[in-house]
Amino acid sequence: MAMLQMQRISIYALKKDRKAVLELLQRKGVLEVDNQIEEDQVFRKMDVSYARSSFERNINAAKDASEILGRYAPEKKSILSSFEGRKVVSAEEYGGFSEKLEDALRVANRIIACNKEIGEGKAEILKLEAQREMLKPWTDLDIPLDLQGTKYTRSLIGVLPREYSLEELHQELEEWMPLHIDVISASKEQTCVFILAPKEQWEPVYEKLRRMEFAFPSVSADKAPRLQLEELRDRIVSIREEIRILEEEIRNFAGKREELYFLQDYERMRSDKYQVLGQIAQSNNVFVITGYIPQQEVGDLRGELERKFMVAIEVEAPGEEEDVPVILKNNAFAGAVESVVDGFALPAKGEIDPTALMSGFYYVLFGIMLADAGYGIIMTLACAYILFKNRKTIETGTKKFLSMFLYCGISTTFWGIMFGGYFGDMFDVIATTWFGVTDVPLIPPLWFFPVDNPMRMLAFSMALGLIHIMTGYFVKVYQLCRQRDYVAVFYDAVSWILLVASGTIILLSMEMIQNILDVSLTIPGNINTIAGAIAILSSLVIILTNGRESKNPFKRFLKGTYALYGITGVLSDVLSYSRLLALGLASGIIGNVINKMASMPAKSYGVVGVIIFIVIMLLGHTLNIAINALGAYVHTNRLQYVEFFGKFYEGGGRSFAPFTMKTKYYKVKENVNNG
Amino acid sequence: MDKYGIVFALLGAALAALGAGAGSAKGVGLAGEAGSGVVTEDPSKFGKVLILQLLPGTQGIYGLLIAFITLTNIGVLGGSSDFGIAKGLLYFAACLPMAIVGYISAVAQAKASVASMGILAKRPDQFGKSMIFPAMVETYAILALLISVLAILGVSGLSI
Repeated sequence: MAMLQMQRISIYALKKDRKAVLELLQRKGVLEVDNQIEEDQVFRKMDVSYARSSFERNINAAKDASEILGRYAPEKKSILSSFEGRKVVSAEEYGGFSEKLEDALRVANRIIACNKEIGEGKAEILKLEAQREMLKPWTDLDIPLDLQGTKYTRSLIGVLPREYSLEELHQELEEWMPLHIDVISASKEQTCVFILAPKEQWEPVYEKLRRMEFAFPSVSADKAPRLQLEELRDRIVSIREEIRILEEEIRNFAGKREELYFLQDYERMRSDKYQVLGQIAQSNNVFVITGYIPQQEVGDLRGELERKFMVAIEVEAPGEEEDVPVILKNNAFAGAVESVVDGFALPAKGEIDPTALMSGFYYVLFGIMLADAGYGIIMTLACAYILFKNRKTIETGTKKFLSMFLYCGISTTFWGIMFGGYFGDMFDVIATTWFGVTDVPLIPPLWFFPVDNPMRMLAFSMALGLIHIMTGYFVKVYQLCRQRDYVAVFYDAVSWILLVASGTIILLSMEMIQNILDVSLTIPGNINTIAGAIAILSSLVIILTNGRESKNPFKRFLKGTYALYGITGVLSDVLSYSRLLALGLASGIIGNVINKMASMPAKSYGVVGVIIFIVIMLLGHTLNIAINALGAYVHTNRLQYVEFFGKFYEGGGRSFAPFTMKTKYYKVKENVNNG
Repeated sequence: MDKYGIVFALLGAALAALGAGAGSAKGVGLAGEAGSGVVTEDPSKFGKVLILQLLPGTQGIYGLLIAFITLTNIGVLGGSSDFGIAKGLLYFAACLPMAIVGYISAVAQAKASVASMGILAKRPDQFGKSMIFPAMVETYAILALLISVLAILGVSGLSI
């Protein structure tokens, strides 16, 4: 239905034009390279792995550098900027960058080097700080820690693992007196002591102290601790200063951010170009590119290539067994849900593009699940605003996604008016709380309140589901006709359509069902009889034919019977649409709950009550929109994927992946004079 | 004895909020743990991970909804609460599907969500499909919600 026709194209050109041709193809982005020429005596392929790895290295450097830059000099971005899309640059600007390339690469490497130095400096500071911590208890010692002694004395400088006073130490060491004992510092955990002993007494004193778990300090220094501490502090200060200067240097590169981004994109494009270069077959003077191209682009590309270069171009229809890539092509209204189809699977060979058929149902189902005019208007306006503000630069994917929610918003508004939802019952709550209005609802629903009449809503949901499912079967008929499988049309599609349709009539004619669904229909007896006959006939067809791939008649019958059992699947598919009622009620009633909570304090607190009302309203309804829009999105997808696609669509196509500019920040605009 | 009607009705409402809420709390927590792992590897997936984490959160909201409809119908939030024990028990029964299915489906859905985060981590392009697996579980929470809503609205119309 709506897929672009693909052609296989072969371009033969001279090797001297190689770069220019490849760049042109990349800018155009309409060709998927798929080379099927084997290497032989004449045609060879180039080894590009070395060049590519150098590009990848540059890309990574630029990426790291811009990340580091972002850390020191954050980029100012609004929340909405993610919708802006890539910046457009002209082809000249792109070409001119090759001069700036070296400079950008130097900046990137310098930023990375600075960052590395900062990291090392920070580690050094930590080390020095730790040393300072260890030296601190020794501050009051005015001789170096590693002092050995004097001519006749030897020192013992170290730590005892609990608090000792000078007297206690004197007592402990009494028998080796005279000794000089100093307590440098004492705390609960440790006591730092300086003991000077005559050389001959040193051994036994040390023994005694060891029994008291004496330990030499873990830092050593040839200067008095106080001086040492000052020195360490000075070094820390100077390293800090260095770090500051380096950080400043990084920050000063903020103006080069664009260049770093450009470097990434530029090298990405070069890398992609070289990848293609590695795939194409080249002889001494000629090279060949083959691939797929959408038919509508052929004339344009051929014209441009032939005007500029000496080329020979062959275009042919792809063969039957080829795995041709798929591009979906739909108008703006239907195309918006292409991402939903893509999320399932692209159409395989012989299948139709279900997007257009699905889109209408998609918007309607989404609208019924959210069904609130207030929420719908907010959604519509928000999407319209973003789409309009970024209309020039927005990426196609983002645009489609936002348009989808725009249409969903419109549908939500419509169903909100039908079912009387305006931020739940906000207007009624305001009117009754502050203006004493008793005659609610202010705005009656155009159709009915689902809360007051849930069975009617249920019947409506299931009827809609039946239409949706039947559409699926009809698409299957169409698809099988296109594949010229007329036997299957009758056995696998038409028989089911008849069975479901006649089954529905029979069910509706039952009094019990009519009571449950709260509808009264009088189906004439003869129609009922005909429906019964059709149901039996179509069941028989299904039993006899749906197992036709088995030769054994008994097996065939069993398989057919099992296939008929699939009717329960159809029943549960239809029941599955009851989620339209449930989710619709959920968003409506939660809205009401928020309104009720908000209005509770309103009366008793006057102006403060109004403020509380507004705050609860804003928070509550924001939350409700978010949760229920998510729910509606997920469950609409489910209804499409499981209930609808299950009837006719398997997918399995491959997405068209053209040789193009897969850039992140910039897109190069084809110059008009150039083309 | 007739006054106990409202006790049972309120018990039902509380159970609906309690069961479904507890299930969702457990489920969202479970999914959050797995989600943090995915985001540690690739912070740009935060938005999608959040969607998967939120999926088992809806049961809690359905529970709240059932509790709220019950509260408004039995007159706890104003209005008359003049009904007998039979009607109270009916309300109680009406709340049970949401309470029980809400709890179980939230936890089960969370497990599917956690598994789907594996898809998101390894094949981010398959996000559309990864969302469907947890959503399949939610169907049963929705069916329970539907029955509870219909039953409560139906019971309030009965004259016993």
